[in-house]
Amino acid sequence: MLDNKVALVTGASRGIGKAIVEVFAKNGAIVYANARKEGDLDDIISENIIPLYFDVTDNSGIKNAFSQIKKEQGRLDILVNNAGIMKDALIGMISGEVMREIFETNVFAVAELIQFASKFMIRQKSGSIINISSLVGVNGNKGQLVYSASKGAVISMTKTAAKELAQYNIRVNSIAPGIIDTDLHSFVGKEHMAERIAGIGMKRLGTPCDVANSCLFLASDLSEYVTGQVIGVDGSALI
Amino acid sequence: MTNLQKYENAFIETLGIEQNQTTNLEYQAIPEWDSIGHMSLITALEDVFDIMMDTDDIIDFSSFEKGKELLKKYDVQI
Repeated sequence: MLDNKVALVTGASRGIGKAIVEVFAKNGAIVYANARKEGDLDDIISENIIPLYFDVTDNSGIKNAFSQIKKEQGRLDILVNNAGIMKDALIGMISGEVMREIFETNVFAVAELIQFASKFMIRQKSGSIINISSLVGVNGNKGQLVYSASKGAVISMTKTAAKELAQYNIRVNSIAPGIIDTDLHSFVGKEHMAERIAGIGMKRLGTPCDVANSCLFLASDLSEYVTGQVIGVDGSALI
Repeated sequence: MTNLQKYENAFIETLGIEQNQTTNLEYQAIPEWDSIGHMSLITALEDVFDIMMDTDDIIDFSSFEKGKELLKKYDVQI
């Protein structure tokens, strides 16, 4: 489905990002997988999975990464903005530092990556940008004032970028995962997890692969007339 | 082809203008050099000179002359 397409996936060392890289590569794409720490991608590197180590909040790192892709491939067809951080705190206990950290990674970095990627895609007059948001960015959630705001911002950016870039045949969409079985939720105790699962219509956690498969649809030509959309991958979860 | 010719050609081809229009041309002074034309121009210049411009420089690229000055930062002498 993605034969000869070149993709960049941020936050690819584990969980959803890792699954997206693997699904894209399995479907014929050349995938640049990003992580912060050198060596974190060792177990997924292959002939068509190329590691790119940089912090998404570091502009020079982003620039070097895009320079490398330009030099090696001369094009970029797919960008998946997956890297993100989640820090919970109740109202009254949220530090300025945490607010800035969340917005720098989840919002400002995404905006910067969209700017860099769109230059490639404007040139090609084609491309697909997929921003990973969250169900809480749509509905909000207790204890996640700043995180949910950052994911809401991702959704707004998606809709605006879709409007601006449609004229270049660049599509911009978002996936809003519900509760996915990743490290992000590993701190939740068994009892609480049972409670959370009870609130999901399909009575199971989502898997990284559930999200990756939806990304595959948005990255592929099957969705060539789909832009500005937010697809919930949440098994009918209630938050 | 000199760097000046390459630079001029990028304007002529991406904005669809005549060579005599490039002198002293400023951003948004003609309908062709609007924000959409600007991004196409920047991508064309990046291709021609094999560079990747910083966002701040793309914003500061306010005229034909200013662009020449900015490109010096990328070791492109015009």
